[in-house]
Amino acid sequence: MNTPVSTPRLRPDLAAIAAMIRPGARVLDVGCGDGALLEHLVRTKNVDGRGIEISQQNVNACVARGLAVVQGDADSDLVDYPADVFDAVILSQTIQATEKPRAVLDHLLRIGRRTAVSLPNFGHWKVRLSLLTGGRMPQTRALGYTWFDTPNIHLCTLADFVDLTKICGAQTVEAHALREDGSTRPMRPDAWGPNLLAPGAIFLLKKKS
Amino acid sequence: MSETPRFLRPVTVHEADIGHAVTFAEPLPLDCGRSLVPFTVAYMTYGALNADKSNAILICHALTGDQFVASAHPVTGKPGWWTTMVGPGRPIDTNRFFVICANVIGGCMGSTGPSETDPATGKPYGLNFPLVTIRDMVRAQKRLVDHLGIKTLLAVVGGSMGGMQTLQWAASYPQSVRAVVPIACAARHSAQNIAFHEVGRQAIMADPDWKNGEYQLAGTRPAKGLAVARMAAHITYLSEMALQRKFGRALQNRAALSFQFAPDFQIESYLHHQGQSFVDRFDANSYLYITRAMDYFDLAEEHAGQLAEAFRGSPTRFCIISFTSDWLFPPVENKRVAHALNAVAAPVSFVEIKSDKGHDAFLLDEPEMDDTVRGFINSVALAEGV
Repeated sequence: MNTPVSTPRLRPDLAAIAAMIRPGARVLDVGCGDGALLEHLVRTKNVDGRGIEISQQNVNACVARGLAVVQGDADSDLVDYPADVFDAVILSQTIQATEKPRAVLDHLLRIGRRTAVSLPNFGHWKVRLSLLTGGRMPQTRALGYTWFDTPNIHLCTLADFVDLTKICGAQTVEAHALREDGSTRPMRPDAWGPNLLAPGAIFLLKKKS
Repeated sequence: MSETPRFLRPVTVHEADIGHAVTFAEPLPLDCGRSLVPFTVAYMTYGALNADKSNAILICHALTGDQFVASAHPVTGKPGWWTTMVGPGRPIDTNRFFVICANVIGGCMGSTGPSETDPATGKPYGLNFPLVTIRDMVRAQKRLVDHLGIKTLLAVVGGSMGGMQTLQWAASYPQSVRAVVPIACAARHSAQNIAFHEVGRQAIMADPDWKNGEYQLAGTRPAKGLAVARMAAHITYLSEMALQRKFGRALQNRAALSFQFAPDFQIESYLHHQGQSFVDRFDANSYLYITRAMDYFDLAEEHAGQLAEAFRGSPTRFCIISFTSDWLFPPVENKRVAHALNAVAAPVSFVEIKSDKGHDAFLLDEPEMDDTVRGFINSVALAEGV
């Protein structure tokens, strides 16, 4: 749940998530890293923001920014959050590092009225080509770890993730493909193109009523 | 109205600041149904109160602590008990903030406690002293804060029993405290915690010099019982790993086992020393009363078992700090409080600091804790325009 250190400008995927959040919303950022997105949301959208973060150093950075962040683990701690207390729950670049992605997504859908998930795409053509030609587990810019020390224990393709949203009974409200240059463009969740061409994507989900 | 505080034991360090005391003629109503009248609160202050009285931070001490948080103890001559945290340039910076620390009621460093004279009898209270609770202690602190003309505390900070008081402050006076920092504590005393305290109390009461609590009249002192109580409790403040690292099976001033019961091991003489130095500064009846106050603490109790309800609608910001090797108030108990606060959407931060030093880690030099407190207090001060 340790997201990379923020640059002065918000990372493009975080900016895309921020655009999905309504002003004044109550927001839980699961795996909030050093709090860059939360702080941006608090400052620019006046949200009531909360975070969960596994790294103590990052929690300290958040606390020093005046953010309310609980040191904890998405896999074990979401169960303690009551239903529907948050307008939006954010899981950014984290689901692939959880032990039980399905349980985590179930909890997120329960806790928040909307759930924003961003994830790397293991179906990206560079990943596919790397495995095909190199015969070894791919290492890309988005996924720069060797197989034996990667925190990303549950990698999936965008199509795989869309399948999981269906299993969890979620409806996709919006989906945006993340492009190589960092920009985003809207996508249909079941389109084959982004699953081949986008290094990652962002989904805004809600529980089907 | 400010008086000179009177302590149970004589002042030995005459250049030390003995602080202040204030006696209230208005009764202090207690949870047990009785009230204390009059009652005295002895306290220390550090730094200067600003013009709009918005920079005050209250520090709450632990079971055997006192008001000398950042300056020499006038009885023992030892440095303040939290000089790593409180002082000029420290995380709680006395160059910026007005720091208050008061001896709890029931204590023996100048605030009204069982060793003080009962105005009804003219004799020391002894066991006639009413049982006080953590909430009563906080009530007395609130009276002091009011007396100092402070409407809102910027923060209340404390560890262990002091942490319990910070939680009680947030529950009892949410409008009067902007932020609280509960460290190494819990919202209730566990069965194991109560059990250890009962061992200590029984040790005191089993000492023939305790005289059913009237040892002051008898001219005795239950030193052995109090020392044993302290020795047992002290073990719970450390971790198994820290004890092993510090002492192992090392022998004390000898090359071989003595085949007698005099202390062979360093850990034994260390505990003896802890017990003895405690007796020199603490009152046995105070120990009984204060441990009982901790046992009775359960913030959820007055809210039908729902801890979250204690904090519903609270505007106070929380920063909860726990230590991985603390088995007296383990991280899971601290986290319980964080989850309860989350359930009512109160702004809460929680950190679990890696340390092998056990419960007492909060009193020691723990850079991660210092960074957390510094960052949190600064962000609160910034938000409040202090």
